[in-house]
Amino acid sequence: MVSTLTKNERHFAFIISVAVAICGLVMAAAGRNDLLGTHGFVVFFFALGVTFILARGYYDPEPGAERFAAYYDEPIKVGVILAMSWAVFAMFVGDWVAWLLAYPTLTFDEPWASFGRLRPIHTTGIIFGFGGNALIATSFHVMQRTSRARMPDQLSPWFVLIGYNLFCVLAVTGYPLGITQSKEYAEPEWYADIWLVIVWVTYLALYLRTLARRQEPHIYVANWYFLAFILVVAVLHIVNNLALPISLSSAKSFPIFSGVQDAMTQWWYGHNAVAFFLTAGFLGMMYYYLPTRAQRPIFSYRLSIISFWGITFLYMWAGSHHLHYTALPQWVQTLGMSFSLMLLVPSWASAGNALLTLNGAWHRVRDDATLRFMMVAAVFYGVSTFEGSFLAIRPVNSLSHYTDWTIGHVHAGALGWVALITFGAIYSLVPILWKRERIYSPALVEVHFWLALAGTLIYVFAMWNSGIVQGLMWRTYTASGTLAYSFMDSVVAMHPYYIARAIGGLLFFVGTVVGFYNIWMTIRTPINVARELATDRPVTEHAGAPAAEPAE
Amino acid sequence: MSIFGAHYNLERHSIGLAVAVVAVASIGGLFEIAPLFTIDETVESAPNMRVYTPLELAGRNIYIREGCYACHSQMIRTLRDDVERYGHYSLAVESQYDHPMLWGSKRTGPDLARVGGKYSDQWHVAHLDNPRHVVPKSIMPSYTWLLRNEQKTDDLGDQLRALQRLGVPYTDDMIAHAAEDASAQANPNSEDVSGVSDRYGKDTNIRAFDNDPHKLTEMDALVAYLQILGKLTDAAEKDPNSAGAGHD
Repeated sequence: MVSTLTKNERHFAFIISVAVAICGLVMAAAGRNDLLGTHGFVVFFFALGVTFILARGYYDPEPGAERFAAYYDEPIKVGVILAMSWAVFAMFVGDWVAWLLAYPTLTFDEPWASFGRLRPIHTTGIIFGFGGNALIATSFHVMQRTSRARMPDQLSPWFVLIGYNLFCVLAVTGYPLGITQSKEYAEPEWYADIWLVIVWVTYLALYLRTLARRQEPHIYVANWYFLAFILVVAVLHIVNNLALPISLSSAKSFPIFSGVQDAMTQWWYGHNAVAFFLTAGFLGMMYYYLPTRAQRPIFSYRLSIISFWGITFLYMWAGSHHLHYTALPQWVQTLGMSFSLMLLVPSWASAGNALLTLNGAWHRVRDDATLRFMMVAAVFYGVSTFEGSFLAIRPVNSLSHYTDWTIGHVHAGALGWVALITFGAIYSLVPILWKRERIYSPALVEVHFWLALAGTLIYVFAMWNSGIVQGLMWRTYTASGTLAYSFMDSVVAMHPYYIARAIGGLLFFVGTVVGFYNIWMTIRTPINVARELATDRPVTEHAGAPAAEPAE
Repeated sequence: MSIFGAHYNLERHSIGLAVAVVAVASIGGLFEIAPLFTIDETVESAPNMRVYTPLELAGRNIYIREGCYACHSQMIRTLRDDVERYGHYSLAVESQYDHPMLWGSKRTGPDLARVGGKYSDQWHVAHLDNPRHVVPKSIMPSYTWLLRNEQKTDDLGDQLRALQRLGVPYTDDMIAHAAEDASAQANPNSEDVSGVSDRYGKDTNIRAFDNDPHKLTEMDALVAYLQILGKLTDAAEKDPNSAGAGHD
């Protein structure tokens, strides 16, 4: 790790780590009567750990000029391991809270272990820990390969990766302590939000600087999506997290918007976190790893353009469908519904583009579970975007809203689309990064595939059933015109579905553990020198680098 | 086709592409969110609406801390079964001082927008301590620590000050007395009681919510908050559209 940094970069890295550690101490001192102090110590020890790693490698020999003849993949390797670690951790917590809904006493009589504090650990751990690290790692890989250029320096990718994980650590350690803004998928408090802005601006700068060094005149589609992901998430994050801390020595803050404006801002953010974090970023992943694994060019360049701009424009109007029949003015609800329906066009254009790319490679889909992960992900992307548009229709939403149907819909997208495309990308990526001939055990990839697919289907079917049953029970009237069921009747009716959902989640979790083991064992097998593809090099004028062949 | 020709050029310029993405993505938010701050009809007017007392605000913070919003909504929709089950549909004005709003997105448990006054304090205390004591089939977690934990009051003044800066009509007098008002609201024997009703209105609930006037617990705060839900304004009761709307 440290040996790939130049002396100058080690120096800067050291200064940054020490500065962050000092910030941690200042937080700890200022917030000594508040939970902010605890987080100060978290920041301090995190930065101390990084400083320690730096110090151990500080006097390693410097990398030579030969480094310019290869892509910079060290942070990507760490990013992949971090993504899988977060996946195992956050899926475990997810399944735990799933069992809690069936058996509410399966916990400790401790504040940190209650459902309301564990649930955001699951959602943050999956979306930001697993998803975010996977996006950062794959985007570093894709931006270098499609630009045929090395990253401009060795320090900023580490700053982005490690800084981002500090944000994730602050988030998931905050909830059990009771630190949360309560805004769904934007729970971390003001200081963590400010830190994320710093990290994110560095990420954007790194992306643009790498693109500026590209040896291809055109920017490949995958990069459009990664770029949109970085830019729009920045806008969403900043606007939705505008808040006034009650003092600089307290973790507590109040969002500057209230009531209906806050609700609209929150769901404009919430829905577009789905759009630009969980969709655009992962479409970027799909547009690179699916065609390269299938060894087929993307079916249609024009369809890519239409779907990219369609998604970028239309999604931002759709958030208000989360607020149907509420105190939000109806004209906004109507706009949200209309744009949600239109959104089906670019969504299905993307899914169709992916599936049609596989024409001529279906035998590979049959034989290669890694490619099958990505194929099934594209199918789930199509299914869940259809469901999303459907649920945005006001009368349908009157049945589905507030029920488990929404949870089922989210997991069709999160398990079926986001997680499966990520596993496909990571299985493609690991042998390339570690220069191994293939993954340790293709049979275990098959095992993982079927566990993940079975888990997703059980989960989604359980939630479709429970959601619709719940929604119907709430609105059923007796012949005399009174409500037929008490709320508790609907809670009791959910029990079998909650058990089924927890079993589905368990299968998915076990699959992820199998996947992590397989990746770990791949890393432990000996290097295969032949794996070093002659073409997997940046185009460079530096000595020693052979001119690369045109990419696939 | 010229539109693809134009794109053929755009995708050669990273900054141009970045600017185009931000521009195209900003339109939706500008059209939907910005007008909400300027159109008068967005939020009804309720001149006599009161603000949360410091104790209720502390209770609201506990509601947020424990993640209650993950399973309980505070937004009754304009649907017949919602209204008949929970009361008059929620008005925008009822959450106009809510930083953040707690409308929620899921009903694993029932809506709480109008739960204030529906159950006794004792019921809430028993229910929060162990929901299955009063609702045998409940799947809600037990919050046993609420009775044990003392409610912290020293930063309530700072909280009111921050909310005042954000436009909530807290007076400087309320801010100066925040900590003692919080203690007094849960201790009817306290000499500061008159200050609470002077500042927040004579209808303010002043009682030992957890049945122990000597100790100010987190249970006091949370129950005080739950008992005021739906009661900050009578705008819904006076709503001309409310004819025919059922109750509970």
